[in-house]
Amino acid sequence: MINQFEVIETQQMINQENLDVRTITLGISLLDCMDSDLEKLNKNIYEKITVLAKDLVKTGEKIELEFGIPIVNKRISVTPIGLIGGAACKSPEDYVTVAQTLDRAAKEVGVNFIGGYSALVSKAMTKSDELLIRSVPKALAGTERVCSSINVGSTRTGINMDAVRLCGEMVKQTAEETKDEDSIGCAKLVIFCNAPDDNPFMAGAFLGVTEGDAVINVGVSGPGVVKHALEQVRGKGFEKLCETIKKTAFKVTRVGQLVAGEASKRMGIPFGIVDLSLAPTPAVGDSVAEILEEIGLERVGAPGTTAALAMLNDQVKKGGVMASSYVGGLSGAFIPVSEDKGMIDAVNVGSLTLEKLEAMTCVCSVGLDMIAIPGKTKASTISGIIADEMAIGMVNQKTTAVRLIPVIGKDVGDTAQFGGLLGYAPIMPVNEFGCDAFIARRGRIPAPIHSFKN
Amino acid sequence: MKKCIITVVGKDKVGIIARVCTYLAEANINILDISQTIVDGYFNMMAIVDTAETTKDIAAVAKELDGLGKDIGVNIQCQREEIFEKMHRL
Repeated sequence: MINQFEVIETQQMINQENLDVRTITLGISLLDCMDSDLEKLNKNIYEKITVLAKDLVKTGEKIELEFGIPIVNKRISVTPIGLIGGAACKSPEDYVTVAQTLDRAAKEVGVNFIGGYSALVSKAMTKSDELLIRSVPKALAGTERVCSSINVGSTRTGINMDAVRLCGEMVKQTAEETKDEDSIGCAKLVIFCNAPDDNPFMAGAFLGVTEGDAVINVGVSGPGVVKHALEQVRGKGFEKLCETIKKTAFKVTRVGQLVAGEASKRMGIPFGIVDLSLAPTPAVGDSVAEILEEIGLERVGAPGTTAALAMLNDQVKKGGVMASSYVGGLSGAFIPVSEDKGMIDAVNVGSLTLEKLEAMTCVCSVGLDMIAIPGKTKASTISGIIADEMAIGMVNQKTTAVRLIPVIGKDVGDTAQFGGLLGYAPIMPVNEFGCDAFIARRGRIPAPIHSFKN
Repeated sequence: MKKCIITVVGKDKVGIIARVCTYLAEANINILDISQTIVDGYFNMMAIVDTAETTKDIAAVAKELDGLGKDIGVNIQCQREEIFEKMHRL
């Protein structure tokens, strides 16, 4: 029988340490919506989403109340639209109508984001993929809830540098299109290497083509819970430290597994995976940076940061894996800047730089995330940063991503405000030496060799 | 059996248990176990209840108990047992 201490511990995690289920994401395959008639295509997409997801928000809210655990977001991911729209969309404007359809469907069912306005172009782009990528700035500016991701590289295919060049330009254009709101469009655009098919987290969520017709994926969170647990083992050795992280990750993930199972049962949709990520929010006490500082860093970015993050990421996975029947997505620790109070503070005091963040992405679960840079940054420089990050993913056989926000009209010293879970971010300086000639080259970087590892 | 855990935390006063139990009786919820302590004047109660026979939806019970807590001036939470079971038992 459950005892009072266990009840108190769980309630404290939820009530004081911000334990929550970050998202229930319903993956919906749109493969059967394809049509050569644009109007028909839009109709098919709208109908499929609104029928399958009609109970998503209601189910989530009911689970929240019954178990007393907040489920912060209910979201939808769909098959990459670049695959769906090919037959009907003959121009970027045609694709924008599909984005608007997704936005309408998301509003109808009450989800706050819908992901999958995506293209998978890790080796090369079809004409249709290219049209979709070119439509991204207008699509993100003209919609509220649509998220876009482009996979431009993988360990097996290398890096599609033509797509990297194009993405740099699109990031810049998206920033221009949404400059009245601190270029917030870019917060909904992720460039990936080795993108997973079952990621429940935005902005990079889409439903891979290897997935079924519909699937429930759940993302847990809980940086505050880990931070609190580590406060109890200050000064102890690494063995104790690692054990504590593992135990905490196990407990947090169990909640995700429970919620995923309930949602799946109630909606009659198969359970896919639990993504066991430490996902921070701008709220005090919900920060990955604070965990790293609790481990022993004066500030995030100080020497030792990469090692501490590598350890944290690994222990989170080790603890969480046994707690869930299926683990997937991005699993690990997220290190977005604008969404993490500790990261923002570290940038403001000069401890955390773009280059250190890049090093940290070698060992964390994703990449350069929610980083505001000067609006004057050239498209080719953005492509250069993307290429660097993709190379890290390609060589290390891991997922990496770039979500940069060149904030038009702002420069180092200013702050960009995104609001809500997206937070706010000080503009970070970017190395101003150019890489134009490198980015101007056509073609792709070949896949790396995986022998002779040095 | 469909177990839920009800916890009540707040400043002690006359009639807290009475009001919670009256609500449970009216909702046809059976109390299986109840324990209560007072630490520094703070009232701390945990009850394990069976909601299998209740006429109400559990989400509604949780909401109404939360409202009742606000009315009394204490914090009442009603959660299905699985969340504790999952977290603390293999």
